[in-house]
Amino acid sequence: MDRIRYTTLSVSAQFYWVLLIALGAVLFIGLLAAHYMEQQGHWVTGMSNQVVWGIPHVFAIFLILAASGALNVASLHSVFKIDSYKPLARLSGLLAIALLTGGLLILVLDLGRPDRLIVAMTTYNFKSIFAWNIFLYTGFVLVTVVYLCLLFQPRMSGLVRTAGLFAFVWRFVLTTGTGSIFGFLVARDAYDAAIMAPLFVAHSLSLGTSVFLLTAIWVFRLMRQPLSGGWLAKLGRLNGVFIAVVLYLIAVQHLTNIYVAQHGDIERFILLEGGLLTVVFWAGQVLLGGLIPMTMFFTGAGGPVWRIVMAAALVALGGFAQLYVIIIGGQVFPLDLFPGMQESSVFFDGVITSYRPSIAELLLGIGGIALAMVVITVAIRVLPFVPLMDMSPDTGKTKR
Amino acid sequence: MNRVRRTFFTQAAAGVAILSLAPGFRLVELAVGKSDDEPVSPSVRWGMLVDTSKCAQGCTACVEACNEEHGLYGFGRAESDAQWIRKMELRDEQTGKTHSLPMLCQHCADPPCVDVCPTGASFVRDDGIVLVDKHICIGCRYCMLACPYKARSFIHEELNNQRPHAPRGKGTVESCTFCVHRVDKDLTPACVEACSAAGHGALIFGDLNDQRDPVAQKLRDLPSTQVRDDLKLNTAVRYYGI
Repeated sequence: MDRIRYTTLSVSAQFYWVLLIALGAVLFIGLLAAHYMEQQGHWVTGMSNQVVWGIPHVFAIFLILAASGALNVASLHSVFKIDSYKPLARLSGLLAIALLTGGLLILVLDLGRPDRLIVAMTTYNFKSIFAWNIFLYTGFVLVTVVYLCLLFQPRMSGLVRTAGLFAFVWRFVLTTGTGSIFGFLVARDAYDAAIMAPLFVAHSLSLGTSVFLLTAIWVFRLMRQPLSGGWLAKLGRLNGVFIAVVLYLIAVQHLTNIYVAQHGDIERFILLEGGLLTVVFWAGQVLLGGLIPMTMFFTGAGGPVWRIVMAAALVALGGFAQLYVIIIGGQVFPLDLFPGMQESSVFFDGVITSYRPSIAELLLGIGGIALAMVVITVAIRVLPFVPLMDMSPDTGKTKR
Repeated sequence: MNRVRRTFFTQAAAGVAILSLAPGFRLVELAVGKSDDEPVSPSVRWGMLVDTSKCAQGCTACVEACNEEHGLYGFGRAESDAQWIRKMELRDEQTGKTHSLPMLCQHCADPPCVDVCPTGASFVRDDGIVLVDKHICIGCRYCMLACPYKARSFIHEELNNQRPHAPRGKGTVESCTFCVHRVDKDLTPACVEACSAAGHGALIFGDLNDQRDPVAQKLRDLPSTQVRDDLKLNTAVRYYGI
């Protein structure tokens, strides 16, 4: 293969600074929102003792899943030895780090005591999957940084495959750990299932690929780089397969839960009687986020770019819907402490509670996305992450 | 003189006999609690039996006593106000039989909250009491998701006028402590005392490991159940009558 040339973000300084200031402003507003939440206490959010995790967690887990999936493109090069993806590997690694950073920012700033981050980093209970995830997240950033450094050194190409394989395995363990946060919750009928881990792994594959497609198209458009070439179509078709796997696992998750008599009520709630949550599941998660983009990717991946953008954006939307249904739906439904009994109390036993996210929570979540975009914008401005592409449809050759 | 000497020896012998028998019969009961630096004993496991046949519907004496003891007060936001113990009303869907009972931290031997806590802030004391170390709780609320009994509360606001024996802090998680500050002084939890004072006596507290303790004796004689016994958490709070 020809030697690949890379470039930095070649837009006018004025455009760059306006973009950076705009993203920085969104990030700053997110930080102000987090400060407000911390100063006032969490009563200013929609979260409560009934719904303890809310929209910030939807955003954070979305970004964490997308981060590990964003490394797919790099893995296609270094693990599966498909050289046509090599030019995109640097951008893939960068996106993984940026998205994870954004997700972790949200998670940390939503803590009741974010000032005790040092405690979380130094005091561990190794029986907790949450503690393991702290290692998995920080380790993923480190592993990907090393992998990126090797990608930047042509003389180190011998080590790239090893580092890529290591990062590939790490990302699988990471998403397994993230899914297990819910899978290990024996108390709740909506969770407590081993399938949560593979579901989150598959979800990360489709989310990450979609976010990569959106980011790459955005960056290439900014730099007036050609989007011609087979990589868009190939990634699109691959994403169609990922979405199909996610839909399959969602079906298995709910069908097996329906089969368990004691979990029938939560399934009836999510699938039939949950009001907005049911709409979000069928319309957002299954239709808009699953069936439609899957069909678009399978039937028109080689078509116009707007189709790819729309399909990828729908997958991202479906990702939010899926996490909303899992995280919020699993909490608003009451715990069944005494099967066969109608339960009531002043603490909302036996009733479906409500959750309405506050503006502050939403702004914190959006701030996390802004941080990811700031990291990407600055990184591609100062370092040559973007390939000078002229990839022909099938060979993926680059110009010298 | 001989009579005096005889009396002295008789009384001395009786005294020696009493002293040697005393440990066996535990005649000298612990009148004072442990000192602060005395470790808790793993041979003890504090527990509670809730006799639901005596628990009166509408009575909230245990809840009020808990709130008073620990300085818990609300902000008019029922969904986020702290609740360490709550009264639950149950109605059997098949038979229509009703029950009223208090729900609180069940002080499990294998507590899910302790398993999932990333920093180890949730822990089980050697005597079985599940507590939160407020100094290393980061407020992630994962324990609240993990608790099968919804027995934990997150502090959503700045608090004032706290009780010295029950320090609380905004941004951390808390739950029933079995009134550990009282138990360490050989007193019973405030809810148990209040239930007795209200004339119900539905709550019995004691050492589950001490077969002579009333709670252990009751549990041996009465059929009791653990809430969510399918999870096999080995709860220290047991219920009779449901």
